[in-house]
Amino acid sequence: MHKIWIIIQREYTSRVKNKRFLLVTFLVPLLMVGLIVGSAYFSFKGTEERKIAVVDPNGFFKDKLKNSRQLKFEFPKDIDTSNYQAKGYSDILLMPLFESDKKADYILRSKKSMGFSLQETISRKINAAIEDQMLEKAGIQQSVLDSIHQSAQIAELKAYEDEGKSSKESNAALAMGIGYASGLLIYITMFIYGTMVLRGVMEEKTNRIAEVIVSSVKPFELMLGKIIGIGAVGLTQFLMWIIVVMTLTGVGLSLLPADIQNQLQQLQESGGQMGAAGMAQASESAKNIYALQHVLSTTNWPLIIGLFLFYFLGGFLFYAALFAAVGSVVNEDPQDAQSLMFPITMPIIFSYIITNVVIQNPNTPMAFWASVIPFSSPMVMMARISYGVPTTVPYWELALSMVTLIGGFLLTTWLSAKIYRTGILMYGKKVTWKEMAKWAFAKS
Amino acid sequence: MEPLLSLSHLVKHYATQKAVDDISFDIQKGSIFGLLGPNGAGKTTLLRMITGIFYPDGGTIQLDGKHFDPLLDIREIGYMPEERGLYKKMKIGEQALYLAQLRGLSKADAMEKIKYWFEKFEMQSWWNKKVEDLSKGMSQKLQFVITVLHEPKLIILDEPFSGLDPLNANLIKDEIYNLAKKGSTIIFSTHRMEQVEEICDHIVLVNLGKKILDGTVADIKQQFKEYIFAIETNHPEMIKDNALFSIIDKADKNPNKVLVKLSHAVASNEVLKYLIEQQIPIISYNEVLPSLNDIFIQLVEDTHAKARAFQNIK
Repeated sequence: MHKIWIIIQREYTSRVKNKRFLLVTFLVPLLMVGLIVGSAYFSFKGTEERKIAVVDPNGFFKDKLKNSRQLKFEFPKDIDTSNYQAKGYSDILLMPLFESDKKADYILRSKKSMGFSLQETISRKINAAIEDQMLEKAGIQQSVLDSIHQSAQIAELKAYEDEGKSSKESNAALAMGIGYASGLLIYITMFIYGTMVLRGVMEEKTNRIAEVIVSSVKPFELMLGKIIGIGAVGLTQFLMWIIVVMTLTGVGLSLLPADIQNQLQQLQESGGQMGAAGMAQASESAKNIYALQHVLSTTNWPLIIGLFLFYFLGGFLFYAALFAAVGSVVNEDPQDAQSLMFPITMPIIFSYIITNVVIQNPNTPMAFWASVIPFSSPMVMMARISYGVPTTVPYWELALSMVTLIGGFLLTTWLSAKIYRTGILMYGKKVTWKEMAKWAFAKS
Repeated sequence: MEPLLSLSHLVKHYATQKAVDDISFDIQKGSIFGLLGPNGAGKTTLLRMITGIFYPDGGTIQLDGKHFDPLLDIREIGYMPEERGLYKKMKIGEQALYLAQLRGLSKADAMEKIKYWFEKFEMQSWWNKKVEDLSKGMSQKLQFVITVLHEPKLIILDEPFSGLDPLNANLIKDEIYNLAKKGSTIIFSTHRMEQVEEICDHIVLVNLGKKILDGTVADIKQQFKEYIFAIETNHPEMIKDNALFSIIDKADKNPNKVLVKLSHAVASNEVLKYLIEQQIPIISYNEVLPSLNDIFIQLVEDTHAKARAFQNIK
């Protein structure tokens, strides 16, 4: 056991000392922030503006179709499908003659095709206009309608999870975000660190150092030392990311102007209830930051992070052993590695697809089974956990999933060790899956 | 004298072939032992069992009079496999330290020994270099140092001279003699017979997983001698076939040398007497013993050794 520690140390330090490791550690959080800010910026800035000419034989749409940032409706005269482009419109909308209860087609012709969400927006706007028209006909005045529209927007759904006697504010959007992000992170790291194990084993085999080492230590110790060492690199990476993100947030908050910081503090002290006078004083940005902090505080972060680390490690150990087995039978040809890796990468990709489904419906039987089967449980369980423990995921399910994962990686490690032991010393021979299975299930 | 290593009835079967099929022999303390055999004879499998990499399917291994326990005895063995390599990106000093620690040396001990050997082989300046910067010969030297660093009782060298120039080969050869003199036992596995003849005291030849020859180099040569003598004279034309011997080869590199094979039960002095009586002026007269190479080829040819090398485990 002393020797396995020496191996772990080498595997760990040789990777952590590497410049690439430091680069990835600091660049990835920056890249993530950049990606979020960038995509937000472009979704705001980079949208097209559509000027739509409306042909309205009924004459009541004119004040009803509301302009938005992306959509400008105009009602020019003498316009038809042949000349709307020449007159500077991007689209033309042809309204049918309106008969109150008949369903009618509204035709949109465009110079360039329009995205799905914009089309949806237009048809929603048309339907709203028709609804307003009907309501008006029924005797409701325009001013009444306007005030109804305005006050209706104030309503906001606040969901609570009942947990025995106490109930906790829940936020489905946040849960989904966390579930999605942690599933994706586990998916990516499984690939990165899994292939790192594969390449490490292949290096030892193709460099012919394997036999030198296994004459000093057992092949099992060499394999396990490598897996644990690389797993520790992964953990280090995550911890550094957490530290970097927390530091960046802290720095970001401290860079806020002093008055906003004061207001934020007041909001925090009063629990968001400053009274009308105070609320009026607080600036929009302070309120936004407070709201964000409040939403984030509805999640049990220590639980999420703790379970994330568990499922990362469990999933990594489960798959890393398989990657090591494949690495041990590969010869010089990297293409062998590609084809042998395929049966391992398939379940990872498949699990990721399941995760995306489960995130929408965390309580289906499929969600349950996928979160207890170790092939997919690291990703799928993380997606479900973000919805809440023990409300969405009861304790027994969590325990079952953890136990099967631990059992799973013990099993894969045990089987892989037997393949590894034979494969690592075998040169110049192409090994098939059938042979590997034979080695794995051979006795002794 | 008690043997250092004693193998009895070792067996190792792979799926479709008997890689090692009931092999027994002893290796004396302080000897240089040659393990010979064609490719695929089972040498590497045998060595892997002696180093504890493989467990034998049958038979026993005794090291220094005790049952061989791979976990405990690994410290006593230094193994330089035929397929040997190093981490290309790792610094040479760190690499030597790492491998020595895996052998069971403490860090301080390992450091001290590495310094000693690096000085001896003038490798001090290599410490911070990487293996990928070394030539093949240099990395062989490093391999050798790593193998003997922990002063093992038993040193196993599989083709230790491959890729070495004569200068470095001699350096290592001298070191092998040195280590043997100091009491280490050396197993030397190769199919280069001239090296075996030069270095080894005792050899074992394996073929098709079985031991086919076991003895000292001198004994084996005697055992396989064919009563061939070389006669050097200024008048080779005067030597004719007769009842005592028959000429087997006149055209030696030296035109004055004639090789003769003695007839059955003829003593070599009778030939000498005959030559003197014939008044043939003799410059030299000596027995020609077969080289190990000849013996090797004679024994291994006609078996299916070649076919076996291509036989695969299905």
